[in-house]
Amino acid sequence: MKEIINLPVSKIDEEEYHINMGPQHPSTHGVLRLVVSLQGEIVKNLKPHCGYIHRGIEKMCEKDTYPQIIHLTDRIDYLSSHISNHAVCLLVEKALEIEIPERVQYIRTIMDELTRIQSHQLWWSSFGMDLGGLTCFFYGLRDREMILDIWEETTGSRFLQSYNCPGGVMQDIHPNFQKKVHAFLKTFKKKIKDYDRILSGNVIFENRSQGVGILSKEDAISYGVTGPSGRGSGWSCDVRKTEPYSMYSKVQFNEVLRYECDTYSRYMVRMQEMHESMNIIEQLIDNIPAGDHSAKMKAVIKLPAGEYFQQVESARGELGLYVVSDGNKTPYRMKFRTPSFSNLSVLDHISRDMKIADLVAIGASLDLVIPDIDR
Amino acid sequence: MDNDSLTARILEIVPDAQLEENKQFLTFLVPAANLHDLALKLKSSPELAFDFLFCVSGVDYGKQLAVVYHLNSTQHKHALVIKVKTDDRANPNFDTVCDIWRTAEFHERETYDMFGIRFNNHPDLRRIFLEEDWKGYPLRKDYVDEVNIVEF
Amino acid sequence: MTFNIYDFTSFNRWIDEGLNSIMSPTWALITEMAIIGIVFLLFYAVVGLFLVYAERKVCAFMQNRVGPNRVGPYGIFQTIADFIKLLMKELVYIKDSDKLLFNIAPFIVIIASFMALSAIPFAKGLHAIDFDIGILYVIAVSSLGVVGILLAGWSSNNKYSLIGAMRSGAQIVSYELSVGLSLLTIIVLSGTMQFSQIVEMQSNGWFIFKGHIPAFIAFVVFLISSTAETNRGPFDLAEAESELTAGFHTEYSGIKFAFFFLAEYMNMFLVASIAATVFLGGWMPFHVSGWAGFNTIMDYIPPLVWYFGKTAFIIWLMMLFKWTFPRLRIDQLLTLEWKYLLPINLVNILFMAFLVLMHWHF
Repeated sequence: MKEIINLPVSKIDEEEYHINMGPQHPSTHGVLRLVVSLQGEIVKNLKPHCGYIHRGIEKMCEKDTYPQIIHLTDRIDYLSSHISNHAVCLLVEKALEIEIPERVQYIRTIMDELTRIQSHQLWWSSFGMDLGGLTCFFYGLRDREMILDIWEETTGSRFLQSYNCPGGVMQDIHPNFQKKVHAFLKTFKKKIKDYDRILSGNVIFENRSQGVGILSKEDAISYGVTGPSGRGSGWSCDVRKTEPYSMYSKVQFNEVLRYECDTYSRYMVRMQEMHESMNIIEQLIDNIPAGDHSAKMKAVIKLPAGEYFQQVESARGELGLYVVSDGNKTPYRMKFRTPSFSNLSVLDHISRDMKIADLVAIGASLDLVIPDIDR
Repeated sequence: MDNDSLTARILEIVPDAQLEENKQFLTFLVPAANLHDLALKLKSSPELAFDFLFCVSGVDYGKQLAVVYHLNSTQHKHALVIKVKTDDRANPNFDTVCDIWRTAEFHERETYDMFGIRFNNHPDLRRIFLEEDWKGYPLRKDYVDEVNIVEF
Repeated sequence: MTFNIYDFTSFNRWIDEGLNSIMSPTWALITEMAIIGIVFLLFYAVVGLFLVYAERKVCAFMQNRVGPNRVGPYGIFQTIADFIKLLMKELVYIKDSDKLLFNIAPFIVIIASFMALSAIPFAKGLHAIDFDIGILYVIAVSSLGVVGILLAGWSSNNKYSLIGAMRSGAQIVSYELSVGLSLLTIIVLSGTMQFSQIVEMQSNGWFIFKGHIPAFIAFVVFLISSTAETNRGPFDLAEAESELTAGFHTEYSGIKFAFFFLAEYMNMFLVASIAATVFLGGWMPFHVSGWAGFNTIMDYIPPLVWYFGKTAFIIWLMMLFKWTFPRLRIDQLLTLEWKYLLPINLVNILFMAFLVLMHWHF
């Protein structure tokens, strides 16, 4: 207990005082605790305390078979659950060297991109709310609802889908799937203009975000800040481009990069990514080939002894999966390299000498999902 | 740089490094004493330029405890895996690399939290997920928790 | 153009004479005060409840929602239900808080807004007190509220509250200036600070039209700075939900919180009615000089309708601000005041004085 009471600050300054942002705080979006040293309103020092929802998923994985693990990965980053599922499936398929039907590749890619869009929608909603624009929250959630409906029809679940399974997907897509995705794209292309109108072009918003939380490209690489946050610093780190998986090598899309390195550029990257994701879905949705929705798999999946690594681009950044297998049906060791964990580590660095209000904006621009940090 | 020249370059820096078999990445087992020196050279040499440490994982191999570093170069797009192992389970000890890659600070704290592996010169080596008064290191294979872990 | 069929002066006099005829003058005065007090309390409660309801509906409209629609028709009793709930809630005792100041703070806030309300003319002859320095009085009294907010923040023994209170202090002290100066612009035009006279002078055209561009600039500046003074979004830094959880009233619960809540809405009503009175002619109907027929028809619309209509319009504008814009940062807030609004205001007053000297206004 002693170390908790002695607040972790290197030097005690008479002028400084500490506040606990969290574990219950509106802007930490979950149970994250930030011990912030303040001088007036200026953030001098910041220590994240995580682990409030640490569930020991890595330990649980050591007892579970690979199909079971998929259900745990949903709970890591609940906003990009499909992508986390995808990572496990890719790893198992790579280790077993299984050919996956093309139909599955298409479905998985479309689902990934839908996941990315809905995650960015929710991020946009809460970003607006963190800056005090409460209306944004409802705009974002309204449009997100359409994606959740699409998922509900096909996967039977709105949020934690566990739709992927090693070798394919759990069940074939619903007959309405394509029609509904088209409807969504048509609606959302109009609605996303509202997003720009209410937040992106707003002079208050621009003043709040431009020049705030500068993260240079070198720092982004050194701190391992991947995903849209890293690309906002001009670092080309999109796994979909660097290590393409599924259909990403075959579709045309741009990696969104911006070079301002501030909160605004991280914001704009995500806004652009929604357009790119819609672009990817448009290329795929009408061409889903006929075929089986799953490859033939053995009843018990055993990975050959060895070490495997698989990266995918989740909505928050690079999700890495490191598996040590001893040839059993359960992994010997499974490590999740989650994007939010690394992204959190940079928060202290980029929010120093900023105001509390900036800290909230920076935190929102990193798009932290707390279970993704804690696992 | 392709894998062959990488291998040659690393064996030049650390002659004791052992090449491990891995289909995906070039993997080296490095003596713990050479870790920091090697890491520094991997980062700073312009032809290697491993500037992105994307994963640090602790692994309990039963007798040995290991730390696995997945490295990547954003310039040259080559990847490398460095592994260090120790037999000392009571007081495992490695040099920190968080002065070279800042992301290691959190990842090493996590490894310390889960495996009890200490990192020398780490600026703030505390438990990150578990409470300060937690007994034991949960991801070790010999960890026993009769309350929370149900054995089938 | 002094013709007005809805004159409350004779009504007031009738009550006054009636009371004086049945009791001694001292008792009559006390009774009158009691009546005014009760009327204002009721008015305060009704307006407060209605504004909370209106805010919810406007907010729902902005956010593609329906808003409250369960309690009563169109949910009109929702706020009443909420206030019953707040009344019955536990008043949480805060350890190590300064109990006296902690308890007194909500009352200071609510009394300040209550006092300011007394000078507002709702219709001809319908006002509690008609000061000849009405505007000065309202500015002075309404800024007392900041004392309550500062005390609330200080006495709560909570850092969030303290930061919120300090922000609020800086904000209100700064924006007082702009509010005062923009009203001063109109005082230059009208030559009086008495609300009843200001309204009378607008019988042949509202000041926002009579005063040309300077009056319009003053109106816009007043809208911005009064929104800031009432701590409403986009200037709600003192509460700043996403940063300071709830700012200065973090530790308040139950009816004490309701007091802050009510005072916020009453302050909004207050600044809206000042804006309506000073710039838009208060209860004075819309008159165009020369159009006698049109003016007579306008006179038949009761002044209370004019007054509340104008006030509601301004309140609606302020609600739209809140639900559209993101929040400013504290340094941007002060920059806006000291670097933009204040110089604009000062130049504007000179401009207005020049207009008045040259008799260029209507």
